[in-house]
Amino acid sequence: MTDHAHFRTGDPIADTAAPAGPISERWQRRRFSGRLVNPANRRKLRVIVVGTGLAGASAAATLGELGYRVANYCFQDSPRRAHSIAAQGGINAAKNYRNDGDSVHRLFYDTVKGGDFRSRESNVHRLAEVSTEIIDQCVAQGVPFAREYGGLLDNRSFGGAQVSRTFYARGQTGQQLLLGAYQALERQVAAGAVDLHTRHEMLELVVTGGRARGIVVRDLVTGEVTTEIADAVVLATGGYGNVFFLSTNAKGCNVTASWRAHRKGAYFANPCYTQIHPTCIPQSGDHQSKLTLMSESLRNDGRVWVPARRGDDRAPGDVPEAERDYYLERRYPAFGNLVPRDIASRAAKAVCDEGRGVGPGGLGVYLDFGAAIDRLGKDAVEAKYGNLFTMYERITGENPYERPMRIYPAVHYTMGGLWVDYDLQSNLPGLFVAGEANFSDHGANRLGASALMQGLSDGYFVLPNTISDYLADGPFEEVSDDHEDLAAARAEVDRRLAFFLGNDGDRTVDSFHRELGGIMWEYCGMERTDQGLRKAIGLIADLRDEFYRRVRVPGTGAELNQQLEKAGRVADFFELAELMCIDALHRAESCGGHFRAESQTADGEAARDDERFSYVAAWEWAAEAPVLHKEELAFEYVKPTQRSYK
Amino acid sequence: MSTELRSRPAASGPAAGAGHAPRWRSSIGLKIIMAVSGIALVGFIVAHMAGNLHVFEGPERMNEYAEGLRTFGEPLLPRESLLWAMRLGLIAAAAAHIASSVALTRRASRARPVKYASRKAARGEAAHAAATMRWGAIVIAAFVVWHLLDLTFRAVNPVKDVPDAYGAVVATFAPERWPVTVFYLAALVALGFHLRHGIWSAVQTIAGPSAVWRRRWRAAALVTAVTVVAGFAAVPLAVSFGLVS
Amino acid sequence: MKLRLRIWRQPDAEAAGRMVPYEIDGVSEDASFLEMLDVLNEHLIADGADPVAFDHDCREGICGACSLVIDGRPHGPQAATTTCQLHMRQFSDGDTIDIEPWRAGPFPVVKDLVVDRTAFDRIIQAGGYISAPTGTAPDAHAAPVPKADADAAFAAAACIGCGACVAACPNGSGMLFMAAKVDHLARMPQGQPERSTRVLGMVEAHDGAGFGGCTNTGECSAACPKEIGLDVIGRLNRDFRKAAAGTA
Ligand SMILES: Cc1cc2nc3c(=O)[nH]c(=O)nc-3n(C[C@H](O)[C@H](O)[C@H](O)COP(=O)(O)OP(=O)(O)OC[C@H]3O[C@@H](n4cnc5c(N)ncnc54)[C@H](O)[C@@H]3O)c2cc1C
Ligand code: HEM
Ligand code: HEM
Ligand code: SF4
Ligand code: F3S
Ligand code: FES
Repeated sequence: MTDHAHFRTGDPIADTAAPAGPISERWQRRRFSGRLVNPANRRKLRVIVVGTGLAGASAAATLGELGYRVANYCFQDSPRRAHSIAAQGGINAAKNYRNDGDSVHRLFYDTVKGGDFRSRESNVHRLAEVSTEIIDQCVAQGVPFAREYGGLLDNRSFGGAQVSRTFYARGQTGQQLLLGAYQALERQVAAGAVDLHTRHEMLELVVTGGRARGIVVRDLVTGEVTTEIADAVVLATGGYGNVFFLSTNAKGCNVTASWRAHRKGAYFANPCYTQIHPTCIPQSGDHQSKLTLMSESLRNDGRVWVPARRGDDRAPGDVPEAERDYYLERRYPAFGNLVPRDIASRAAKAVCDEGRGVGPGGLGVYLDFGAAIDRLGKDAVEAKYGNLFTMYERITGENPYERPMRIYPAVHYTMGGLWVDYDLQSNLPGLFVAGEANFSDHGANRLGASALMQGLSDGYFVLPNTISDYLADGPFEEVSDDHEDLAAARAEVDRRLAFFLGNDGDRTVDSFHRELGGIMWEYCGMERTDQGLRKAIGLIADLRDEFYRRVRVPGTGAELNQQLEKAGRVADFFELAELMCIDALHRAESCGGHFRAESQTADGEAARDDERFSYVAAWEWAAEAPVLHKEELAFEYVKPTQRSYK
Repeated sequence: MSTELRSRPAASGPAAGAGHAPRWRSSIGLKIIMAVSGIALVGFIVAHMAGNLHVFEGPERMNEYAEGLRTFGEPLLPRESLLWAMRLGLIAAAAAHIASSVALTRRASRARPVKYASRKAARGEAAHAAATMRWGAIVIAAFVVWHLLDLTFRAVNPVKDVPDAYGAVVATFAPERWPVTVFYLAALVALGFHLRHGIWSAVQTIAGPSAVWRRRWRAAALVTAVTVVAGFAAVPLAVSFGLVS
Repeated sequence: MKLRLRIWRQPDAEAAGRMVPYEIDGVSEDASFLEMLDVLNEHLIADGADPVAFDHDCREGICGACSLVIDGRPHGPQAATTTCQLHMRQFSDGDTIDIEPWRAGPFPVVKDLVVDRTAFDRIIQAGGYISAPTGTAPDAHAAPVPKADADAAFAAAACIGCGACVAACPNGSGMLFMAAKVDHLARMPQGQPERSTRVLGMVEAHDGAGFGGCTNTGECSAACPKEIGLDVIGRLNRDFRKAAAGTA
């Protein structure tokens, strides 16, 4: 392939550090071959963990238990508020407690297939193996999973899986899992093993002697900027869906930590892979600040429809049955309303693009429980979905028992992230990345209930095992306060902060972020085209110039300054957005969450191109244009097939 | 803005040997003391209220009752044994009750150093309790002081003859001394509110009932409070309106 | 709609604060309360004024970050609803709305409406966990938990650590928060070995942080967005009593 105007192609990635041998033995082998650190020496080794979500809290707690000296950071006021707290549906594990034919191999198979053959077999298999230990660990911590009357754990089938392997705690699984990890973390804080710093934001990575050795952080309350040096740095800083401004992510989610590491040399892989969730509450106006997810389980009983006729603005109750288009049931008779997230999302966009959308701006489709209420009775529907209905009513002011819900897709999860090898180490030695922040084991698409699994797998089980191999070479030499690399990192932070505070602008940070998000949603959202992406790259560059000219950040740097925090994050989102568009542009195939209009089958379904694109796109930062490094993907155990939900 | 490097001290465990405060001085310990002593006071109040109803049986029976309290156990026990045993118990309970409530009230005011600029009426299972408990307690305390000077020590009572409890009661609520009667009635209302919350609250503190039982206990507390107030109020009202003289 | 707001402004922990009036017009009833404040802040920045600082993150009622006392009520007038889930249709055109931070000694104001709630984390550090180091767990089905216990444990564990209970309590007590965690863990078989040390340690940390004692006024539970009931406080008292007496 020839080089694009927007990027250069560099050397392929040769080594992912994955052990050889039969897939079911690789993780065993890796654990055995990795060097260990003698317990007495662990106390001399320092590890920084940035992030306190499922990945960060579990990693920090476990490393603390092992005896390393851990420094843990988050930008919220408490580790318990990390965005993982918001996950609703559940967590997968191949326990086969239902005797319905589940196994590690089946979970592995489903996840590789669900990722549309853009993930690594070795990693996914490890994830499936570890999944069972995660449930054991969480139960031991007292996580109150849903139970059967016999006292054993309950499971449900989630996101169209054929087996019941999803463990859940009502609609608050992420909350309960995170509280378990948070409590384990606080126990280590009390024991003196973990030094916790809340309301601190990492603004720069310190790389010296070819290794990641520390971070520069700003105390968000006092504004003080300090440096922490350690033997290894773990980033568990979550996903970057907020580049779209409107998403289901918490307002604070950002790419800054990853992006700063990227600019220091860490590869950023598959940035364009974003997951769009089909059942979110539609936008209600310009004031909208985020979108709220309605659990996917609603599609089990709700029927999705729009008026058959364009511009039909009758109230939903007045549209007779014959004039309704149950488009998912019509187009995908086998799966109906339960087609995977990407398909349901795109289908909703398609009908709205035809002018058949409902609600403000025509951006919504009905999710109708009328038939379910007739069939099961209102009480049964209430017992199942009551809390979701209440939430819907609170937000929209409409009663979903009487009027169908309106839903619309929204950005939900980012499969891309910093590139890591099998050991979760980035290409920068000493920089490890866990959870949603790495480019993840999910490939081009993520099945429901698998991100929680990955976060905890990385944090509790994988990272603590693999990092010892790296730390066995430590402690590394001291980095003095006036070391040039350290001073340079601090100077860069200073420069950026001073720039924002000193800029004589007239537009707010949010106004830029909202506009950037609009561009991304339009051109790098559910459906992407060559032409659109090229246009977006130009628009982003122009908007970024304007941002630097016109952004206004009030206040000073020596206080709690929420606008200053946002400004730095949005600045990084601009650079990320451009890379996402370049990545999406170069990947001229449709796969998983990435739908390229030019690559579809005759009947409008995604067409993957394994010939040309069966690789991980790992991008290296360069001032002129990013450099693409390909990591070829090999499939020995699961044969790539085209997905079909007809 | 400074980017001065500040090296962090190594993580250290919690201060060793910090020592525990005695458990009964903890917030829950104090609350249990308040509840137990409160229940003892409730026992006294109910008995006292029932005893007062002897007034309606005439001076002889009433004074007999009062004398009975003093001669209980004679000649085996010295005079006023029962009375003093009761009084000691009462003083201990009152002291514990007041001390624990003062300690908790002081903690509470330290925990809310800045007041709300805007404060809406309380909600919840025990709405208004906070407002009535502490002010009510002060009224009750003032009342008890007056009441002891009045009917126990007779310092402010026209009838100084101790065995004549009946005469003292009739004298204190004489129609022309109506402000005394009004003060008594006001104190009884405060007591009623105090009991309405207090009895339920003590049960909640000691037994921790479920939501259903909390509702039942609240009803029981209300019934007790009303009974106590009505039983006590009957005496001054009867005297004031000349039903008893 | 058009609103008059009176907002607590306080530059930092040491400075004195005061209620400052603002007017805002054109508020959509579909906006959330925090979105209304976002709009206000956009105006303030445009006017060269200092925007109002407030805590928030998930904006869907689960992270526990948002923390405003609205017209004298923590999380505002709607029951079982966090500030971020409160929508402007709960108010009427022309209303005056008072907005204050949580007020409690152990929650010092950081700036404006932002307070420091790390005292809650210290209570958890003092025992709000089950010691189960990674990798030591038996199979998840080794210890069945009766469904009723599991459900009750979940109900208590639903606490989001927001601190509205403290803000509402006339005594500034953190009892509901603490009791929810004690009860969650005490309901599970896994939580039994540390049951006594947990409750003693957490109560000591609670008192040491400067929270007030509970006198059963119940306002905490009424303000709690997760509707944590007073049962948990009753059960906490019992556990404490048994542990303190050494009979647990
Ligand atoms: C609404 C919703 C529902 C979901 N439901 C499910 C589900 O049912 N099942 C499932 O499997 N997955 C679900 N997911 C996805 C899943 O929740 C996330 O992918 C996962 O929790 C991410 O965990 P994490 O630990 O990687 O990051 P996070 O939980 O996002 O944590 C990031 C941490 O990094 C810190 N941080 C970030 N940047 C910085 C910085 N610069 N400096 C310092 N600290 C920083 C933050 O403070 C935070 O502590 C859902 C996601 C959403 C949005
Ligand atoms: C000297 C007068 C008294 C004072 C100063 C006093 C003070 C208090 C205070 C401050 C409280 C806690 C208030 C609250 O819940 O907010 C309380 C509770 C209570 N009081 Fe009193 N009180 C007095 C008299 C009495 C009497 C005479 C009785 C009984 C008849 C009584 C019974 C109770 C009970 C049962 C409680 C509830 C205990 C608990 O909260 O667990 N009190 N008292
Ligand atoms: C209106 C109703 C009341 C009447 C008529 C009344 C009457 C009396 C009388 C006659 C005595 C003296 C008994 C004796 O010395 O033999 C007495 C003592 C006492 N009363 Fe009352 N009383 C009333 C209400 C109350 C209330 C509401 C309280 C408490 C809150 C109270 C607390 C006491 C106490 C503590 C004593 C002293 C007991 C002792 O000497 O040991 N009384 N009362
Ligand atoms: S108990 Fe309720 S009010 Fe208190 S912190 Fe928990 S969720 Fe918030
Ligand atoms: S309001 Fe306060 S007094 Fe107790 S019952 Fe709740 S903690
Ligand atoms: S912002 Fe998370 S609960 Fe309100």
